[in-house]
Amino acid sequence: MNSHFLDQFLFVALPYVCLFTFFLMTIYRYRMQTFSYSSLSSQFIENKQHFWAVVPFHYGILVVTAGHLIAFLIPRTVLAWSSHPLRLYVLEISALIFGILTLIGLVGVVVRRFSNTKIRKVTTVTDWILFGMLLVQTISGIGVAIFYPWGSSWFATNLSPYLWSIFKLNPEIAYVAAMPHLVKLHIVLAFLTIGFFPFTRLVHLLVVPNPYLWRKPQVVRWYRRPKQM
Amino acid sequence: MNIRSQVSMVFHLDKCIGCHTCSIACKNVWTDRKGAEYMWWNNVETKPGTGYPTKWEDQEKYKGGWESNGNGKLDIKSTSKARIVPNIFHNPHMPSMDDYYEPWTYDYQNLFNAKEGPDQPTAEPISMIDGEKIDVQAGPNWDDDLGGSPIYAENDPNLEGLTEQQRLQLSSVERLVFFYLPRICNHCLNPCCVASCPSGALYKRGEDGIVLIDQQKCRAWRSCVAACPYKKTYFNWFTGKSEKCILCFPRLETGQAPACFHSCVGRIRYLGVLLYDADRLEEVAKLPDDQLVEGQRSLILDPHDSAVIAQAKKDGISDGVIESAQKSPVYRFVMEWKIALPPHVEYRTLPMLFYVPPMSPVQASKPEDTIHHETEDLFHDIDSSRVPMKFLANLFGAGHEGGVRYALAKQKAVRWHRRAETVGDISRDLADRILHEANCTREEADEIHKLTSLCTFEDRFVIPPMHREQAIEMMKEPHEHREETGFGFVGGPRRGL
Repeated sequence: MNSHFLDQFLFVALPYVCLFTFFLMTIYRYRMQTFSYSSLSSQFIENKQHFWAVVPFHYGILVVTAGHLIAFLIPRTVLAWSSHPLRLYVLEISALIFGILTLIGLVGVVVRRFSNTKIRKVTTVTDWILFGMLLVQTISGIGVAIFYPWGSSWFATNLSPYLWSIFKLNPEIAYVAAMPHLVKLHIVLAFLTIGFFPFTRLVHLLVVPNPYLWRKPQVVRWYRRPKQM
Repeated sequence: MNIRSQVSMVFHLDKCIGCHTCSIACKNVWTDRKGAEYMWWNNVETKPGTGYPTKWEDQEKYKGGWESNGNGKLDIKSTSKARIVPNIFHNPHMPSMDDYYEPWTYDYQNLFNAKEGPDQPTAEPISMIDGEKIDVQAGPNWDDDLGGSPIYAENDPNLEGLTEQQRLQLSSVERLVFFYLPRICNHCLNPCCVASCPSGALYKRGEDGIVLIDQQKCRAWRSCVAACPYKKTYFNWFTGKSEKCILCFPRLETGQAPACFHSCVGRIRYLGVLLYDADRLEEVAKLPDDQLVEGQRSLILDPHDSAVIAQAKKDGISDGVIESAQKSPVYRFVMEWKIALPPHVEYRTLPMLFYVPPMSPVQASKPEDTIHHETEDLFHDIDSSRVPMKFLANLFGAGHEGGVRYALAKQKAVRWHRRAETVGDISRDLADRILHEANCTREEADEIHKLTSLCTFEDRFVIPPMHREQAIEMMKEPHEHREETGFGFVGGPRRGL
């Protein structure tokens, strides 16, 4: 198998399979298995370690994911902002800090789930696979940040166009073919995670409680709505 | 005015014998499932005692209910809108299983499978969560009958504000005193659980006011568990969904009393419809503590008043429900006789389960008193009762004794009136005097007596027509509903996909 074929598979075929699975299955699951959309919190069973694991993990991964999204959506703005070295350092270091925060939280989550027999009872095989994927993904991400610095800039110049080409249905793998293996691993695992997403507990992030902030405090449901109200 | 109807309840604590039949009926019907083993939608507590979950009334710890934030607005004490955003990953006020108890069973198989040995095999307790052997430390009614206990009774949060003498009086040897407090969801008018739900999964049914959790919309953010000051929403650790008392709505819709009501041995429970003005809820929920009980009463409307009836019809309340409200035993206890009081009204959720405070034991703290005919102060044994008035006031009056004293005085007057009528060792004059001082008439006393001690099933439970048949047609295609065999969705609840 030559490397060109492998690249075609990993960076063209796989992304489409994963994205297709993601959209099809999240919608299918939401319509057919609405009940299964839950964060499946285990705070009730164990309340103390929970804080030190779950909170750093969520804050870390939210910031890191948001950073990736911004570099994907507005690459030119990111490049312009990073044109000043000091700003670039601040951006890179804070990204690394939040990446490490994610890793600390994730390790905490896995240790907590593994060491507490009650929590282990409510952890499924899917959860363990997901934790494994996220661990490798987080570690490879931190590795990329350390060994291939200024990612915020080369992501904007190389990976953002690649990702856009995927969404424009005109994939151009030249951008990624030249990337180091660690970066390639990170990209492939990212797509795999997206493909695996609808089968896991991750779906809870699609149902974050937005309307809560502006809805009325009390909710009333009527079977027969009186006419004048 | 915007009139709504609310299925409401009265528990007559003077009649509760603490038998837990209600709890068992509820457990067998609703919570005998994986993930729900620890839940007791109905539980019976001994007061003074710490209750279930432990010290649920201590809102310094649990942060349940509403609080006034200073500028005349009500806020959820645990996670209001502003506070939910940073706290959604880990709810800081969420009780954990340790605050309830770890459910357990016994290793019965060991009785059959144990290897032959010198001793009889035993069935050791094992956790119902991980199957490991456990050292049982707590149960759902671990404080049962333990009035006077230094572990349970002395840690009752309602003892706040009691003098040292009053505390001693509650636990003095051979004279210690306790009573029972059966609890279910109060189906509040201003439910904190509903207001706290980030997903909007909790709701109040418009027609009957029953508070429910939409299992399809619940996403396990856990806010309701922390927000409910009565700790009557529970987190199912297996399905990752919150659950709560549903007031047996499938039974109510078919004209049957809820399981806990139906099975009550002491016949302490009453159920009926109240009509109330939904436009004034916010105004009343903000009243100062000492006006809350009266404020909540002022929301409840007279179902015999022709103006109320006209407006109720205009607001879509059916004739059957109005008729049911006119016969409601709850209306009589709460509004006509004013002897039933809401629990912990200071949480400002406007609970719609009312309690008749207990008289027993009638014996006061003084050594000589049983029934005094000669003393001028007819209510001395209420004021110096072995259950201090302040304790009952903390439970049923936000710390203010007026409403509790009124309810107890009237109950005592009813007893003396009936004693004058049937036994005759109390003079008619004296009975009339005590009735007068308790703001009661002979007729009213007879009615209270009848509904308290000679009440039939139909007297206790006046269930309004729910018109469910209309509701299904409004909601979905009848054929589609039939395919779901009445359960709402196909497939049993389980964890994740």
